[in-house]
Amino acid sequence: MEYFVQQLINGLTLGSIYGLIAIGYTMVYGIIGMINFAHGDIYMIGAFVGIIGFIVMAILGITWIPLALLLVLVMAIVFTSVYGWTVERIAYRPLRGSQRLAPLISALGMSIFLQNYVQLLQGARVKPMQPMISGGLQLMDGGVGGFTVGMSYMQIIIILLTVVLMAAFTLLITKTALGRMQRACEQDKLMAALVGVNVDRTISLAFVMGAALAAVAGVMVTLYYGVIDFYIGFLAGLKAFTAAVLGGIGSIAGAMLGGLAIGLIEALWSAYFSVEYKDVAAFSILILVLIFRPSGFLGKPEIEKV
Amino acid sequence: MSALQKTPLLEVQHLTMRFGGLVAIDDVSFAANNREITAIIGPNGAGKTTLFNCLTGFYKPTVGCLKLTRDNEDYLLERMPGHDITKHARVARTFQNIRLFSRMTVLENLLVAQHNKLQRASAFTLAGLLGLPAYKHVEQSAVDLARFWLDRINLTARADFEAGNLPYGDQRRLEIARAMCTEPALLCLDEPAAGLNPRESAALNDLLLDIREEIGIGILLIEHDMSVVMRISDHVVVLDYGRKIADGEPEAVRNDPEVIKAYLGEEDTEELPDVIKQDVEAAAKEEN
Repeated sequence: MEYFVQQLINGLTLGSIYGLIAIGYTMVYGIIGMINFAHGDIYMIGAFVGIIGFIVMAILGITWIPLALLLVLVMAIVFTSVYGWTVERIAYRPLRGSQRLAPLISALGMSIFLQNYVQLLQGARVKPMQPMISGGLQLMDGGVGGFTVGMSYMQIIIILLTVVLMAAFTLLITKTALGRMQRACEQDKLMAALVGVNVDRTISLAFVMGAALAAVAGVMVTLYYGVIDFYIGFLAGLKAFTAAVLGGIGSIAGAMLGGLAIGLIEALWSAYFSVEYKDVAAFSILILVLIFRPSGFLGKPEIEKV
Repeated sequence: MSALQKTPLLEVQHLTMRFGGLVAIDDVSFAANNREITAIIGPNGAGKTTLFNCLTGFYKPTVGCLKLTRDNEDYLLERMPGHDITKHARVARTFQNIRLFSRMTVLENLLVAQHNKLQRASAFTLAGLLGLPAYKHVEQSAVDLARFWLDRINLTARADFEAGNLPYGDQRRLEIARAMCTEPALLCLDEPAAGLNPRESAALNDLLLDIREEIGIGILLIEHDMSVVMRISDHVVVLDYGRKIADGEPEAVRNDPEVIKAYLGEEDTEELPDVIKQDVEAAAKEEN
């Protein structure tokens, strides 16, 4: 029982990170109907900006952890957003209106470019990071020889931050003029343009918002695992993409739900079966869900417009 | 716009639109005024929708000039990119099929149309998130305008319904209200009465007449339903095979031999002449 609760906590933490990345996939898909294959690498960039940020904070002598964390998050969001915006400008906008496959390929190219770019600039070795936030709460004491359930402060921060960001983001999409603009473009870009919405800017913003959330995920991962390399975007991107599809691509709540599902599946599978096959488990669940519910948990079935 | 007289709004001069060898519009010229409903009629394929597409910047005319005069300023629509036409020249349009944002609420549909205004005031959402008073004021005025139109189309009680769940006639009128929320100078409606039952059609006519009288803008109307055309339009332009064959008051146009020929055809056409003839006659009867 204690072991199960512990894995649940671990799974939720991991799932939060997948969820944050998955939102970027789902938003871009919702608005232009294409998968942004460079998004995983945007997340990787976020992690690197995070690690550089902490070094900068140390040089500047900012050692009070809450402030340093906040500043690094802001820095990562800003830089990573610029990358997100650039990816849209370079790999997507010039190809808008051409055949569907073209932007897909240019995005794959962008992904390979970003990986090699970081590899050249930062080196291919893994970057370690000293744990900054240590300690945690003891939730259940298993007694002598038993299993003690703990939740580290880092896990608490990740889960809380994700909940806050999700709530803020949902409000942004449902209540503000900006969110209305996003939803209008998602439904009918031509009509949105005709009532005065700047569609190009709206699409750029979808990339930027996705990148901002991925940056937060990147910084959190850096702190949580303590090691990153230029290749982390690939698998994390694939998992987050799976999460977005599992939850119903195009749905923001679905992306979050899918992220949590993937995180929990991985953690519980590793706990009771084998760690080596955790990715196999996650992707098998994806296949099963897609067979029985092709539009995902919260996706709307595609209705052919006449 | 406050003056009650009719002032020239749109001038179409020698408009020609060719697609390869096909001439969709051939040297058409006409003018439309403020405070007038100008109907554009003609058999299928006459070039009516192509004309609208030229007006809203989807097509660049092969030859010709589209001049819109608003607040003593001239806008040459054929030279402007599409989004500038909406934003600066203020031309709004609807399509033959309904294109509401069907998964958004009725109220949201009307607010999206006021997006430019809101976005400018909110300094790209920052001020909006902080809830600054200047933004609150603009937001309130946007909601007020939306409410004004909701009252007009009797949908206030259903402001929070999803637009896609409204009855067909309400969706049509909501589309017009949304177009009006962009505060246009010229409203282009592509067959708004298509598929409406007689009661909905009458409500639509009232709405259009109200817009003409109270808001005082010009309306361009593509319509097949002759009874609607005869009842509400001030000015009728008839197109046939891309050419203008008549232009004038509804009464005069109806009796124009060219128009009758275009609609009823000569002996070998397959245009369903009876149906249209009945329409014209029914309209004539109602008029008398």
